[in-house]
Amino acid sequence: MRYMMLIHHDEPAMAAADQKQLWQDYAAFNEALAKATGASSGERLEPAGKATTIRTLGEKTEVLDGPYADTKEQFAGYFFVDVPTLEEAVAWAKRCPSSRFGSIEIRPLHVPGADWK
Amino acid sequence: MKGSEAVRTAERVARESYGRLVAFLAARTRDVAGAEDALSEAFAAALRMWPADGVPDNPDAWLLTVARRRQTDALRRRQTRSAGEEHLQLMAEEMEGAAGGAAEIPDRRLALMFACAHPAIERGMRAPLILQTILGLTASDIAAAFLIPPATMGQRLVRAKARIREAGISFSVPDKEELATRLDAVLDAVYAAYTKGWNEVGDAAPELADEAIWLGRLLVSLLPDEPEAKGMLALMLYAEARRPARRDRAGAYVPLERQDTGLWDSTMHGLAERLLREASSGGPSGRYQLEAAIQSAHTARRKNVADTWPAIVALYAHLERLTRSPVVTLNRAVALAETEGAEAALILVESLAGDRRMAEYQPWWAARGHLLARLGRRAQALEALSVASGLATDNAVRRYLQEQAATLRDG
Repeated sequence: MRYMMLIHHDEPAMAAADQKQLWQDYAAFNEALAKATGASSGERLEPAGKATTIRTLGEKTEVLDGPYADTKEQFAGYFFVDVPTLEEAVAWAKRCPSSRFGSIEIRPLHVPGADWK
Repeated sequence: MKGSEAVRTAERVARESYGRLVAFLAARTRDVAGAEDALSEAFAAALRMWPADGVPDNPDAWLLTVARRRQTDALRRRQTRSAGEEHLQLMAEEMEGAAGGAAEIPDRRLALMFACAHPAIERGMRAPLILQTILGLTASDIAAAFLIPPATMGQRLVRAKARIREAGISFSVPDKEELATRLDAVLDAVYAAYTKGWNEVGDAAPELADEAIWLGRLLVSLLPDEPEAKGMLALMLYAEARRPARRDRAGAYVPLERQDTGLWDSTMHGLAERLLREASSGGPSGRYQLEAAIQSAHTARRKNVADTWPAIVALYAHLERLTRSPVVTLNRAVALAETEGAEAALILVESLAGDRRMAEYQPWWAARGHLLARLGRRAQALEALSVASGLATDNAVRRYLQEQAATLRDG
């Protein structure tokens, strides 16, 4: 099953962490992910302060500064894992340094034509 | 401390009684979920009341009385509905019968454990099923220990119980020929619960390890002639005895080689040694006896009784033939480094490189890193240690591996 791992950061908590340690952890995590699962795509986003949100209601389009939701944890990036079980996806989320500075939402990718089970 | 001790005792008696009653009712009706439902309120009341009011003289009778009262209420409420009524009636009758001779309710927990660990039940669900049916742990407690969302765990438990009923799984202890293989599944399930509680250092973990040891003791008492049951209990106790030495005061990971053996629990350790001696006194050695013997040898080595590395290598070789597990091969390689040297060990470690399971197995990368470092192949060692730290799910282990890498880089 392919899972998208959606990373949400508590940005102030992340900024307060030891940055050298954090990026060392991240480098090791990325290396482990690549070695264990082959090539794996993922992206890191700029902070939520740089977000723009648009919404069209009827004829009117709103363009707003800032992220979609004003919450403590903000969407910060994603990566994919292709593993047989949810348990293994949870293990990867636990390994990801971001899990200590927010949360990681694990979502199975929709398979077109597959029935909901 | 004394207060919490009393709470723990009351909880133990309640779980003991609950498990026995669930097993008894389920064995008669073949309906595990129904038996749990019938007793759940009474069990919750016991967990609430016994720690404060004290444990009743006859805990089984107490639970049955409360459960029967609730059941009668439920029957009365459902008079108009036919669905489920017949079943409730049956359950009520069973409880009535049991209450008549509450002093001598037969212990069917072993049969229930065999049903939970039946080949028709998904392997990963056997331990959760046993924890729920025998010990009365809630789906959310189990879910937390197994790192599964509570609702998902709940659904899986419901499905597994339905499977017991639909697949016609029998509530019986297998006969002599079948016992060994079927017992393996029961032991594996209990040991799986223990390792969950061992690997995770978080809040729920030591309790789960405790429950697993309790189940191990139960199995040994119900099957006193089975050496593998004793072997597994011994194995858990060796590991548990070392728990206080696994982390230093700052919470940092301490490998076995550097543990303060004075911190090991000598009572638990003594019990493990005794069980292992009893188990190995005759007959062939199974997986758990071999693993326990390896732990015994590590202990003797660390206590400077003898150099037991050659014995450890030999025991792993025996275990390897028995299990064909790459994890066992990896452990043999680590021991081999102490008898034949790092070169021979690394060759064996590298022979596992093609196994996909090893690619994401943190101990494989860590062992490889340590052996490469011993052979002076620094760049490769650093890479392996870095991958190992990226695969660690425990923060203390992650930091330990990073420190090893830092020492190597600076040294």
